[in-house]
Amino acid sequence: MPAEIAPPMTAPLLDVRDLCVSFPSRGRMIPIVEHVSFTLGERDILGLVGESGSGKSVTAMALMGLIDSPGVQITGSALFRGQELVGMPQKQLRRLRGREIAMIFQDPMTAFTPVYTIGWQIDEQIRAHERLSRKQARARTVELLAEMGVPDPARTADRYPHQLSGGLRQRAMIAMALSCNPSLLIADEPTTALDVTVQAQILDLIRSLRSTYGSSVLLITHDMGVVAETCDTTLVLYSGRVAETGPTEVLFAHPGHPYTAALLASIPPLDGPRPHRLPAIAGAPPAPLERPAGCAFAPRCTYVHDTCLPAPPPPLVPTGYDPLAAPQDDATAQVSAAAPSTQPVQFAACVLPAEGTPLPPRLTYSELSAGDEADATGFPPSSFAAGEPH
Amino acid sequence: MMMALLRRLGQTVFVLFGISALVFLVFFATPGADPTARIAGRNASPQTMEKVRQEYGFDRPLPVQYATMMKKLFITQDLASYVDRGELVVPEIARAAPVTVSLVCGAALIWVVLSIAMGTIAAALKGTWIDRGLMMLGLIGISMPVFWLGQVANLITQSRYHDTWLFSWVPGLGYVPLTENPWGWFKALVIPWIVLAVMFIGIYSRVLRADLVALSGEDFMRTARAKGLSPTRILLRHGLRTSMVTFVSLFGLDFAQLVGGGALLTEVVFGLPGVGRLTYQALTNLDLPLIMATVMYSAVFVVLANAVVDILYLFLDPRVRDAR
Repeated sequence: MPAEIAPPMTAPLLDVRDLCVSFPSRGRMIPIVEHVSFTLGERDILGLVGESGSGKSVTAMALMGLIDSPGVQITGSALFRGQELVGMPQKQLRRLRGREIAMIFQDPMTAFTPVYTIGWQIDEQIRAHERLSRKQARARTVELLAEMGVPDPARTADRYPHQLSGGLRQRAMIAMALSCNPSLLIADEPTTALDVTVQAQILDLIRSLRSTYGSSVLLITHDMGVVAETCDTTLVLYSGRVAETGPTEVLFAHPGHPYTAALLASIPPLDGPRPHRLPAIAGAPPAPLERPAGCAFAPRCTYVHDTCLPAPPPPLVPTGYDPLAAPQDDATAQVSAAAPSTQPVQFAACVLPAEGTPLPPRLTYSELSAGDEADATGFPPSSFAAGEPH
Repeated sequence: MMMALLRRLGQTVFVLFGISALVFLVFFATPGADPTARIAGRNASPQTMEKVRQEYGFDRPLPVQYATMMKKLFITQDLASYVDRGELVVPEIARAAPVTVSLVCGAALIWVVLSIAMGTIAAALKGTWIDRGLMMLGLIGISMPVFWLGQVANLITQSRYHDTWLFSWVPGLGYVPLTENPWGWFKALVIPWIVLAVMFIGIYSRVLRADLVALSGEDFMRTARAKGLSPTRILLRHGLRTSMVTFVSLFGLDFAQLVGGGALLTEVVFGLPGVGRLTYQALTNLDLPLIMATVMYSAVFVVLANAVVDILYLFLDPRVRDAR
């Protein structure tokens, strides 16, 4: 376990190394998350993408110390501002939760206690961490709700969760999460339960948080479109392991892992001829106990060959370099002898790049980026571009 | 709100009408049995039979008979028991009701407080020996029949150990009115209270624990933990408060059926002249007017308690408030 603590000024906000989570079942330990590592800088938005059951939420819950099933094993390290989160006593964690690290959940309907008003619940969080009177807390609550774009915030604060629409509830949820100015916001599928127009509004709101609140965001989602629209960096999880990680633009342009490529290929194109059928990934992810010894994606991969199968799973290898540092050319942005001077930024857990046969860049990349230069994240969102407001 | 209450009142009246009609039909309109003979009692003289038939209108059509009965029960309140030599039934119930209410309220207080404490502690310490011990105690409480427990309590406190320092304060069986002697009232009732409450403590603490454990998997409990609240606060303010919705509906029904005469066994064992014991006597003597009256009394209580629970719901669960 690399435990050297870098000077706090240069250290990232959150540095996760080799995080493993296993749950006991019938006398065996089932590994749900295996050796996940990532870093999250100040004011960064990191997207954690994966299918259901890929270990996204478990990773987030492990960081928050919210997993309390008996016998669960969490190993590795997660440094938050130099403090080790893994194995931190609950009492100390409680002080971080809500104040330093806040969380937004998928279903805003069930995430609020049904018998109390929204305002009461936000006040509660504020007063749990700061010495404020009821009145002061309520004033902050109303202010926060207003900033989150809730109409008539003073009256909304006095309403019960079931009286609000899904979008309003999620805004209230975000207001509650931000009520103590956390430096890290973990958003666990914040838009999944919402319809597309509201989804886009909530994503706008999350994007704006880094400028208005200076928060870093760990965004968990299964929607590549949401990632493209929102995240600076992307981490693709497959079956509890990191499949690929890199800056969103680079990763979307040149997916280094066949899984990422297949995910991106299944997004409906915006222009060009309409495909008769969207390509889909055949099969289903393996159950944690039946995970292959080698690459977990091998059974579903079109590029599978002998070197993929034996253990251990392929390590992360660099596949892409910073496109801003390297010449703006597709060929040199890929792994090649032409760009050894820049730091690698994109890594994929696949044997293909090491074997000298990396995946071809996505054909649509040039078309996509040409059509959308102004946007910082660069890519028209896939599934709900039509629902974008304004 | 006003509208909801009025509607609720209308429903209550309707339900009461239904119950009274049903009870009336069962006891007075069974084919092949003359209610006159049953009311007048065994070996009644022909004059008495004639008087009863006149008084209750048994020679007239059924709706009139029903109306006469209801009038005698609720308006003139002169329904009399012939078995018991003309004792008026309604005042008899009015005398018995405070006894039952005293018994049930005291027991309810004990069982609510203890079951909430036991259930919450067990849920907080889920899986530990304390949890298992408390739930085992609850199961023992449920398994002991109240009449047996009452007899054992009497045996210990009234005869076997009555002369020891521990139980010498226990008064003889019977009831002391609260207005006459509050301390005597308390002493006479404290053992019946405990005996009656034991089974309910068992049921309620187990139900509450199960409810709290189920709730701990809910999303909002996870949110509460993610907010950085203390475990005690999460359990009490978020868990227990939400469980109260189930708890109250259960409590309302049990409380009502006990006040309506369901505490019969406890009353009989401890010699308390409550509504339950009155029902018991009426049934052993086949005293039809008294049966009619006690059943109606019990129905009124159950229906009223249901209405009260519904109104309590309005305060406990905001979701119900809006559904109306």
